[in-house]
Amino acid sequence: MTSITPNQQPDRSAAEGMERSYSRPQTVINVLWTAISFILLGIALLPLLLVLSYVTIKGIGRFNLELFTGQIPAALQEGGGIGSAIAGTLITVAIATLISLPFGILAAIYLSEFSHGQVAEWIRFATNVLSGVPSIIVGIFAYGVLVVTTGKFSALAGGFALAILMLPLIVRSTDEALQLVPQAVRWASNGVGASKYQTVLQVVLPAALPTILTGATLAIARAAGETAPLIFTTLFSQFWSRGLFDPTPTLAVLIYNFATVPFQNQQDIAWAASLVLVLFVLATSILAHWATRKSLYNR
Amino acid sequence: MVSQNQTASPKTKTNAQANQQTDQAVLRTEKLRVFYGDKVALKDVSMEIPKNQITAFIGPSGCGKSTLLRCFNRLNDLIEGCRVEGKVFYRDKELYAAKIDPVEVRRRIGMVFQKPNPFPKSIYENIAYGARINGHKDNLDELVEKSLQQCALWDEVKDKLKENGLSLSGGQQQRLCLARAISLAPEVILMDEPTSSLDPISSQTVEELLQQLKEKYTIVIVTHNMQQARRVSDFTAFFNAEAAEKGNRFGYLVEHKETKAIFDDPQEESTKDYVSGHFG
Repeated sequence: MTSITPNQQPDRSAAEGMERSYSRPQTVINVLWTAISFILLGIALLPLLLVLSYVTIKGIGRFNLELFTGQIPAALQEGGGIGSAIAGTLITVAIATLISLPFGILAAIYLSEFSHGQVAEWIRFATNVLSGVPSIIVGIFAYGVLVVTTGKFSALAGGFALAILMLPLIVRSTDEALQLVPQAVRWASNGVGASKYQTVLQVVLPAALPTILTGATLAIARAAGETAPLIFTTLFSQFWSRGLFDPTPTLAVLIYNFATVPFQNQQDIAWAASLVLVLFVLATSILAHWATRKSLYNR
Repeated sequence: MVSQNQTASPKTKTNAQANQQTDQAVLRTEKLRVFYGDKVALKDVSMEIPKNQITAFIGPSGCGKSTLLRCFNRLNDLIEGCRVEGKVFYRDKELYAAKIDPVEVRRRIGMVFQKPNPFPKSIYENIAYGARINGHKDNLDELVEKSLQQCALWDEVKDKLKENGLSLSGGQQQRLCLARAISLAPEVILMDEPTSSLDPISSQTVEELLQQLKEKYTIVIVTHNMQQARRVSDFTAFFNAEAAEKGNRFGYLVEHKETKAIFDDPQEESTKDYVSGHFG
């Protein structure tokens, strides 16, 4: 190695050519690829933007108090609202959540905390298969189990169908949330003399809760937009539902029914219902995103 | 409290020399072997851990020192595929005997981990949780204060006991974890590289703490840092790893002596190479 003498002249040639040059192939290709990626990103986001803006333009005209209070209009009626369908959607989704949340979370706790090797593998596989079953099949299943046997279309049957759709989503997201909790935290809890169930209930579950709630919220948003299983189960009605054991109007089925009729008023109502549904799903997604920000252990 | 260090160290060192043979061993292993699946991770370890002393485990990665540490509180039970052969005694009780409850073992033999791992609870609850689990409900305030004071953390957190334990700095979190272990009044505290994720100043605080704590507790510390072993420990056990068939490696105990003897007068060639920085 050469030693640097104090009066040595700085070597200028080494620092030359550092200016950005747009004629160098490397720079050109870099700019090109960045531009292509950016354009493709724009194309990928375009559908979302178009859907949101189109639904807003078409639906905003009927966005008034009557929309939320009025009766669902019959074929040649003017005016009207979708209050009963909003309520119906909320009721069916609530039933579905009440069924799928406890089952899903408990199943995930078993998977993540108590099961071993082979058993866990099979349960995870089965969960994935269940989440791949088309929703219309789930609808037919719920129809066979609850509608045929009770002889009645009902909100309860709809909730049951949606619960089956939500179940694998909740199991999977909860399972992942639990596994994000560092192993050392479980060990620490065992280290102070906690049993396994104390560790799970008092340390692991609270630590994973924000992430679990995010998964549940996304599952709820997904269920709220499902139409096919509800056609077979809740059916539809123009009136406020009389109870959980009667046909119930929902937003998704209302949109399905009214989108294809030749009556202007009903079509407008369908657009307004679409806007409400999109806003509901958007709101839950944002809520879910906000909840994850507060997750405790980040990778 | 920190000033007690200077007076405590020389005294205990002479104790260590005098009692090396006669002192009661708190932990003892006999022909201990640990397997992960069908691979041997640790082979035929027979050693004794003396009471109220700090014993350091040193050695290169994969030598099984952390694995051995986890045998002392049966934490290996929680690792899938891990199997233990041979015997581990805590005083006169065999830890792996069928009638022993591992939860009870872990209550008496505390542990501090490599990365600070406070519970996702308030600072107060981090300490109180263990006590509650073990059925103590009275004087929790006092217990929390006393435990935090012993770990020189009380003054820093006394005004924010309700804040989440994870909001503390890394060094504070680790002292919180130490306080959590101490709050259960264990006889032994196991430490798995407790300062490896801390900055030098926090590490020093923890090291100083160890000198105070050994008056009351028996401490076993795994460390990658030879200087740390030299500074803090009374006894040092050097482990080495050896290649087995099919590219697997297993660890074994090479030398276990007073720290001074290990560093200044090692008997085995590999110990000499390791402590002088030739490998590892």
